[in-house]
Amino acid sequence: MASDFVASSEHTGLLPRPRLEATSPRYGEKAIKGALFACAVLSVAVTTAIVVSLLLPTISFFEHVSPVEFLTGTEWAPAFADASFGVLPIVVGTLAVVFWALIVAIPVGLASGIYLAEYAPRQVRKVIKPALEVLAGIPTVAIGLFALAFLRPLAEDALPFLEWRGPFSVGVAGIAVGLMIIPLISSISDDAMRSVPSGLREGAYALGATKFKVSTRVVFPAAISGIVAAIVLAASRAIGETMVVLLAAGASPNLTLDPTASILTMTAFIGQTATGDIATGTIQYDTIFAVGALLFVLTLTMNSFAIRLVRRFREIYE
Amino acid sequence: MADDRPRSTARTELAVAGARAATRDALASSSNRDRVTGAVFFAALLLGLGTALLGLASILVWSFVEGAGRLGPEIITNGPSALNPESAGFRTAILGSIYVILGVILLIVPLGVGAAIYLEEYADREKWWNRVIELNIQNLAGVPSIVYGILGLAFIVRGPLDLGFVVAAASLTVGLLVLPTVIIAAREAIRAVPRSIRDGALALGATEWQTTSRQVLPVAVPGILTGVILAIARAIGEAAPLLLVGAVTFATFNPSIFEGGYSTLPVLIYNYASRPQEEFRVLAAAGVIVMLILLLAMNSFAVWLRNHYEQKW
Repeated sequence: MASDFVASSEHTGLLPRPRLEATSPRYGEKAIKGALFACAVLSVAVTTAIVVSLLLPTISFFEHVSPVEFLTGTEWAPAFADASFGVLPIVVGTLAVVFWALIVAIPVGLASGIYLAEYAPRQVRKVIKPALEVLAGIPTVAIGLFALAFLRPLAEDALPFLEWRGPFSVGVAGIAVGLMIIPLISSISDDAMRSVPSGLREGAYALGATKFKVSTRVVFPAAISGIVAAIVLAASRAIGETMVVLLAAGASPNLTLDPTASILTMTAFIGQTATGDIATGTIQYDTIFAVGALLFVLTLTMNSFAIRLVRRFREIYE
Repeated sequence: MADDRPRSTARTELAVAGARAATRDALASSSNRDRVTGAVFFAALLLGLGTALLGLASILVWSFVEGAGRLGPEIITNGPSALNPESAGFRTAILGSIYVILGVILLIVPLGVGAAIYLEEYADREKWWNRVIELNIQNLAGVPSIVYGILGLAFIVRGPLDLGFVVAAASLTVGLLVLPTVIIAAREAIRAVPRSIRDGALALGATEWQTTSRQVLPVAVPGILTGVILAIARAIGEAAPLLLVGAVTFATFNPSIFEGGYSTLPVLIYNYASRPQEEFRVLAAAGVIVMLILLLAMNSFAVWLRNHYEQKW
């Protein structure tokens, strides 16, 4: 190689042109890049595996049960001799939990988010933000036990005029799930409001607006896509929550809106059924997957919507 | 003096003073109602934050009060029992959790860091497949944990991998569940390393991998480790997917990795908690304390790591 340079500079009398390409093909570098790419592609493989493992039994489920009966039926009794596969009771049960969870988590979570983004002094923020992060990591089985053994009796003492029966209540389970998703709402809405450029705030102050008006009429609307994303993500998390509802909401597939009733959710059905002895290839076994597929489609739709919203506020302000 | 000045300046001063007075007046007249609304709003925000902190903290406090009576060494050393809640403990489940978590670590550290390095250092965002991978990871992070349980049941316990209801299947299932968390955290840590460090190494003739492995990764390690610890903390508390991959066995013997039944700490807590007798709920609360202490230790370590080694550029 070196002789090339010497030869050419002798002929032209100029400095040698430096070689900019690598001196070896660097197969090792390519192998490493390939291995790293494989790690990244694994995530796509996982998604594919999830879809395949949900789809195949779901197809075999729908060979026995018509999709119309599944989606519009109002009686859920897959394990009975005279089985009935109307999914509505467990979908309504799930939505009831989400409803009560959001009733708690939206006001509390947004208030915390607005406080952290607009009002909190830096020192306070530095303590509260990590504290909320740690509290968000409380295992859901602990929240479920708390709901069953503490919140449920407390609710009966606080609201004795309601008709409480048995240890399970969809309202109590929903409130506990609400506690669980508060940090999610406050953290994402806080991020969204902090990414609103300070120029907008300063402009409003210059026009004589108060802090209250700046927060509610300028920052909040400007961050609305991120705030909606926070709520959608939280709702999706509530739909997928299993342990709290297994412990505190019971296992009776009642089609009801009564907050004191025991209900069954989609996740609780999967968890409860898979726990028992159940033979592969039976219709009961396939039912787990059909419900799982519905759950997957529902949460995936909500998450994709939220991800798009988050991306939008990032694009506008960053 | 005043007479020396041109008349226009005097007029300007008068105008400015008038404007100032008018502004002050406008601000003052509107301020009374605004001050009340502002104060009420601020109070509402504090009430919201207080509710959030109090609600979540009361879960911890209640568990400690409820389970304190059963807290003692035998909670860790005794095996589970469906008959004697007074003497039952969590030994086999704690061991099961440790085994599962060791498997999770073996899985997520190389795979998570590898994927993060690829996406941050090598991937060309103009290429559609890289955008697909990125979007896919974001979506996977939001898939409900019980769906991973279904994946574990159909793909790992049965189906292609056919491992059976064993610890290894649980490790794989939970590992895949927390993998997106690790990738996202590791990417942030790698992204925080400034471009100039890479450019410097490359300009000195280092290859891409030499730059990544000897310059970027060492600096990003604390951030990556923090992400890994937080993912493990989540994996420890995860119960739902394990219900589907066999952790419900009432294991009275110590677990092994590739055969036999096993249980984990949160699943056994669930098992105890769902029994109607008061004594079992107390036992479950004591189990929650053990789990919370474990998690608190890990979280504190993660926070310490982040604060201690975080590099400012």
